Amino acid sequence: MSKDEKDVETLGKELRAKTMKVLGRSMAIREVDAGSCNACEVEVNSLTSSIYDIERFGLHIVASPRHADALLVTGPVTRNMEVPLLKTYEAAPSPRIVIAMGACAISGGIFKDCYACNEGVSEFLPVDVLIPGCPPRPQAIIQGIMVALEKLESRKRGASCQK
Amino acid sequence: MMPGPMNELVEDLPSILASSVVSSSLEANHLQIEVRKDALAGMAAHMIGHCHAWLISEHAADLRERDGTFHIYVIFALPKGDGIITVMSKVDGSDPSYRSLTPDIYAANWFEREMMEGFGLLPSGHPDLRPLRLYDSWPSGVYPMRKDFDPSVPVPRVPTGYEFRHVEGEGIFEIPVGPVHAGVIEPGHFRFSVAGEPVINLEVRMGYVHKGIEKLSESLPYPRGVMLSERISGDNGFTHSLAYCQAIESIAGADVPERARYLRTAFSEMERIYNHMGDIGGIALDTAFGVGAQMAYVLRERMLSLNERITGSRFLRSVNCIGGVRKDIDMSGKRSISTELIGLKLDFDDLVGMMTEMPSLLDRVETTGMLSDDAAKNLNVVGPIARASGIDRDTRRDHPYAAYKDLSFSVPLYREGDVYARMMVKIEEVLESISLIEQAMDRMPEGQLCAKVVDVQAGRIGMSLTETHRGEAMHWVMSGEGRPWRHKVRDPSFLNWPAIEVAVMGNIVPDFPVINKSFNLSYSGNDL
Ligand code: SF4
Repeated sequence: MSKDEKDVETLGKELRAKTMKVLGRSMAIREVDAGSCNACEVEVNSLTSSIYDIERFGLHIVASPRHADALLVTGPVTRNMEVPLLKTYEAAPSPRIVIAMGACAISGGIFKDCYACNEGVSEFLPVDVLIPGCPPRPQAIIQGIMVALEKLESRKRGASCQK
Repeated sequence: MMPGPMNELVEDLPSILASSVVSSSLEANHLQIEVRKDALAGMAAHMIGHCHAWLISEHAADLRERDGTFHIYVIFALPKGDGIITVMSKVDGSDPSYRSLTPDIYAANWFEREMMEGFGLLPSGHPDLRPLRLYDSWPSGVYPMRKDFDPSVPVPRVPTGYEFRHVEGEGIFEIPVGPVHAGVIEPGHFRFSVAGEPVINLEVRMGYVHKGIEKLSESLPYPRGVMLSERISGDNGFTHSLAYCQAIESIAGADVPERARYLRTAFSEMERIYNHMGDIGGIALDTAFGVGAQMAYVLRERMLSLNERITGSRFLRSVNCIGGVRKDIDMSGKRSISTELIGLKLDFDDLVGMMTEMPSLLDRVETTGMLSDDAAKNLNVVGPIARASGIDRDTRRDHPYAAYKDLSFSVPLYREGDVYARMMVKIEEVLESISLIEQAMDRMPEGQLCAKVVDVQAGRIGMSLTETHRGEAMHWVMSGEGRPWRHKVRDPSFLNWPAIEVAVMGNIVPDFPVINKSFNLSYSGNDL
């Protein structure tokens, strides 16, 4: 087993413990490409290949935002993706976590001065977690999702205190 | 005197076209002809109909500051040999219209719509003047590619309409899909009209990831332009940035060191392998052959991590630079590539053995998503899609760059035009790529990695073609002061997207994903 794979195993175990603790089930993630160059998507897809196989750690990439605990957004948010992104967000049940993945989603990256681009996801949605990189490596995405789980946990705790 | 057949090409023009030629010149393999605007369409039709040339691009540049006109460039590749022809016409800034090429050359369709919304150049006689990317809320009369457009001023949103094609009749349903899809793929909208199971019409609407890359490039100094071109379409960033670098190098007359040429070849093929693995895995996945899909994805991941070990980037980013490359492959790198490739080839052989014999898979891919050779030719498709429909074109062989001229490889060719043929082309290309990398590493001479390129003269044109895993990409640069005055990018997907509308005709909707995978088109490369 290579060092990378070991990293993934250790990270994965931590992740599984955390998803079980916070959700008692797998965490459902909906990916939204809001104008990426597609390399970020390649990395998200890498996560589901049998080398990383994140489903065994309790991360499930789902087909519909209706099932999602978190949105994983890539790209600077192009003009033509503003409305679809907002609609996807609205379709996800609260408390929903928004993760901005990659330099573009964080700040617009290299595209931020384009006439048909915005400066990242936070212009439109409350962003909870940033995963830096261009594109972030698969390990970094797992780590970012771990942070998202922590946020979700504290949000849930906050919600139950209010009751 | 102009030598050879390129010269004859001008001499043999029918008199009516010959009389419209303003000037012509031949430089190396590149023939440039300026014609009066009223003869542009006729000249283009002649190039396709008589010379059997392939359309590479049709695009414009705003030179009103210089001579009061827009220039339209129509670029062709001759079917034999390395010849490139550019037909250029000036269109007066006060009357920005010209006769559309689309009635004669269908492949010009999207190019002209692109010029219309970018430059406000009206193609008269064009059958479909809907916007390509700037729809839904883009105000009319705002043309972002014109030089007087200020990209720092936000463009307001105004309500606009967009008419989809409608198919009407009893029992016909429309299925809209996207832009946000169920899988992790890029956004695009597909509108199917179905009569029962079979698709009787598909309309794709792209443009969701349109960013304005060509405009942005005009503001970026050349070295940053390399970075940008790596991000036009992330998974073929290496070959895109290579085309950009080569275009600039041709303007500067730079002499790229031999070693860098070989390295560029090896890296281009490494990029092709991981992408083709992804496509092959995708086809397996969509035909419910999960084991095969996972095998292919593991191989892809192995290539990505090999890329990282060798260059520090899984996507071979920051490797290309103007004048050569930044990353070398040393002895230990060579060893690790060879070892990885040997293992990869063995495992790939196992996978291919299964995929080409599995009846449940073959059932799904044979005769599915047919693109006839006639349609492929008329639509001017490129890359593996063209080669699966009997079109024998490959930029690496036909317009050699990097070190391809010195290496031997064959270009797989199939005629069936179905998903099976596209899968087979990709499978065979992986094997060719492995051999190309081995040859490149064996023959790579010692030497420098990068030539110093200091002087990129303004006002010149450089163009380069590279074969990405999706087919031929073009970068065309008109140089300005330290940055492009105009940078045209033509991703292979821009030519190939319209073909998917034809290929799904008569297929059932559940077969669309596998057809789409076999095409593997880039949305971001198309939308720019
Ligand atoms: S962050 Fe980088 S890899 Fe991700 S979409 Fe942006 S440019 Fe592409």
